[in-house]
Amino acid sequence: MIRFLLKGLLRDRSRSFFPILIVSAGVALTVILYSYFNGVEIDAIRNYAVFATGHVKAMSRAYAEQAELIPNDLALLGVDSLMQDLETNYPQVRWTGRIRFGGLLDIPDENNETRIQGPVTGLAVDLFSVDTPEIDFLGLHRSLVQGKLPQSPGEVLIAEEYAGQLGLSAGSRVTLVSATMNGSLALENFLIAGTVRFGMAAMDRSAMIADIGDIRLALDMEDAAGEILGFFSDEIYKDEDAMAIAAEFNQAAPTDDEFAPVMYALSEQSDLRGMLQQTDSVIGMINGVFIAVMAMVLWNAGLMGTIRRYGEIGVRLAMGENKGSVYRSLILEALMIGFVGSLLGTAIGLGFAYLLQSKGIDAAGMMKSSNVMMSNVLRARITAGSFFVGFLPGLLAILLGTGLSGLSVYKRQTSQLFKELEV
Amino acid sequence: MADDNCIQTRDLVKDYSLGQQRVRALNHVTLNFVCGEFCGVVGPSGSGKTTLLNIMGSLDSPTSGRAIVLDRDIASLTHKEAAQLRNHHFGFIFQTFNLLPVYSVFENVEFPLLLLGYPASERKKMVLEALEWVKLTDKEKARPNQLSGGESQRVAVARAIVKKPKIVFADEPTANLDAQNSRHILNIMQSLNRQLQTTFIFSTHDEKVIQFLRRVVTLEDGRVTDDRVIENSGSES
Repeated sequence: MIRFLLKGLLRDRSRSFFPILIVSAGVALTVILYSYFNGVEIDAIRNYAVFATGHVKAMSRAYAEQAELIPNDLALLGVDSLMQDLETNYPQVRWTGRIRFGGLLDIPDENNETRIQGPVTGLAVDLFSVDTPEIDFLGLHRSLVQGKLPQSPGEVLIAEEYAGQLGLSAGSRVTLVSATMNGSLALENFLIAGTVRFGMAAMDRSAMIADIGDIRLALDMEDAAGEILGFFSDEIYKDEDAMAIAAEFNQAAPTDDEFAPVMYALSEQSDLRGMLQQTDSVIGMINGVFIAVMAMVLWNAGLMGTIRRYGEIGVRLAMGENKGSVYRSLILEALMIGFVGSLLGTAIGLGFAYLLQSKGIDAAGMMKSSNVMMSNVLRARITAGSFFVGFLPGLLAILLGTGLSGLSVYKRQTSQLFKELEV
Repeated sequence: MADDNCIQTRDLVKDYSLGQQRVRALNHVTLNFVCGEFCGVVGPSGSGKTTLLNIMGSLDSPTSGRAIVLDRDIASLTHKEAAQLRNHHFGFIFQTFNLLPVYSVFENVEFPLLLLGYPASERKKMVLEALEWVKLTDKEKARPNQLSGGESQRVAVARAIVKKPKIVFADEPTANLDAQNSRHILNIMQSLNRQLQTTFIFSTHDEKVIQFLRRVVTLEDGRVTDDRVIENSGSES
């Protein structure tokens, strides 16, 4: 009987081809949107983690309260021993100290007089240790536009756009004007080793990447760091694990000392939890709307189809097939169509998602003045979920549509169908 | 059924609602049909022929009265039991053929056997035998849209009789056929009636059909106004 139904399905395009087309289109759209939002979310999480929050981040309690002001006078002290403790207690996480700093870049002319000055947002990371993970985390090789990565103390990287504005290039000398940890004036000369472009307006506007050793020296921050960032070894953020590590760490840390360390998971910082929840809600909403709209479309298509098939259904009932069996066969057909449509839609959706993943959508104009850690090119990201996300809506929509339209036939009097045969 | 009665109706009444109105389609119809009959229910449009056929064919149930078909009271059958009765013992032939358009001739005739769960080899044998009866073995692979009206109705006949049912209900089977094809179809049905002892009950107002009948029941406004046996019908020739 299934073979018989399958033959009918394959031969009647209005029963197979068009419903498959509708399901495929809907599923493809779901896969594309899911992968796109997923990509944007993953990209944002990664950027926030790499440049700002880590998967977990330890700061002093006082620093944490004003973190957006970068209060280096409240930075953590005794960082070396704290890092050792962290590495011992949480070996699944890679720890790295960082100092964020602000200041002015003073660019001298040929007479060593100030030619131009500009504000700078600096990030001091470990550039020179043998096993430093920072070069990979920040993707410095990938982001390098001109020159080379810093090879020795006193060398820094500067954002390509910013370098252009200040008339700088690899080999230029600059002076950082900032404040030490103790509040006195800090002046330090640096050589620009190269320029970088991270593809993220918030970083490319006026960023400077320096070695943490140099900045400790410049800002009098011996054995100090504004922040200690932790990254899971597989570089994938796991909220539950991060929250557990932070909770365990905080439980052991003293609470009555404002300079004692406190740890936060990524989702607890910069209101990222809200953003993650919002993205998940949007993805959920897309799926919900898709199922509802597609179910209505397929319900309508199913109604038209079953009206067109009254003759066939009447004949089948007249020949002795019972209503339950007819209804089940409609559902079985729907399952087959839903499966094929979902398969096809997933393949098409993945194709487009791959295109969006490799090419992306250039949103640089929108991000120009943004402080959000999002890339200028928004890309989709194909994950394991992309392969399955369309299946449930695809199958559910057609099952719901056929189920509803099939009921109208099921409830109809047999003689009524029989009569309709004569129309 | 000591007297070989296939179908007995007693005081059969069928009312339909038509908006606010109740329309009586059958008005206390009492009839007996003996197994192996070749008979017709005739009358003008709206006289209740199709309604009577629907009830006897277990496609509808009476408002009151009884219809006993093959020892089963139609009114008391569940949907499943009615479907089973049709599946095993009834064949239907429709005015508009009602072949399944996406299936071939062979598959159309095979369908009732699929419902009965016959194995493939037996199905093939029975379908080819049925197509032989209606002289359509050369068209087994054709689709309904490649057939003429006469050929389509012959396929419908093959489909109705392939499972060798006890009763075939034929509702205006020649209404869409020309004289030559009508005669051809009726000859086939008549010979099947003789060979297989299948009971044929027609609903018709076509004179060509009436000429073939051995018994004619006349309905008018839902009442039986005449019930006569034809001594020298076309079927005897």
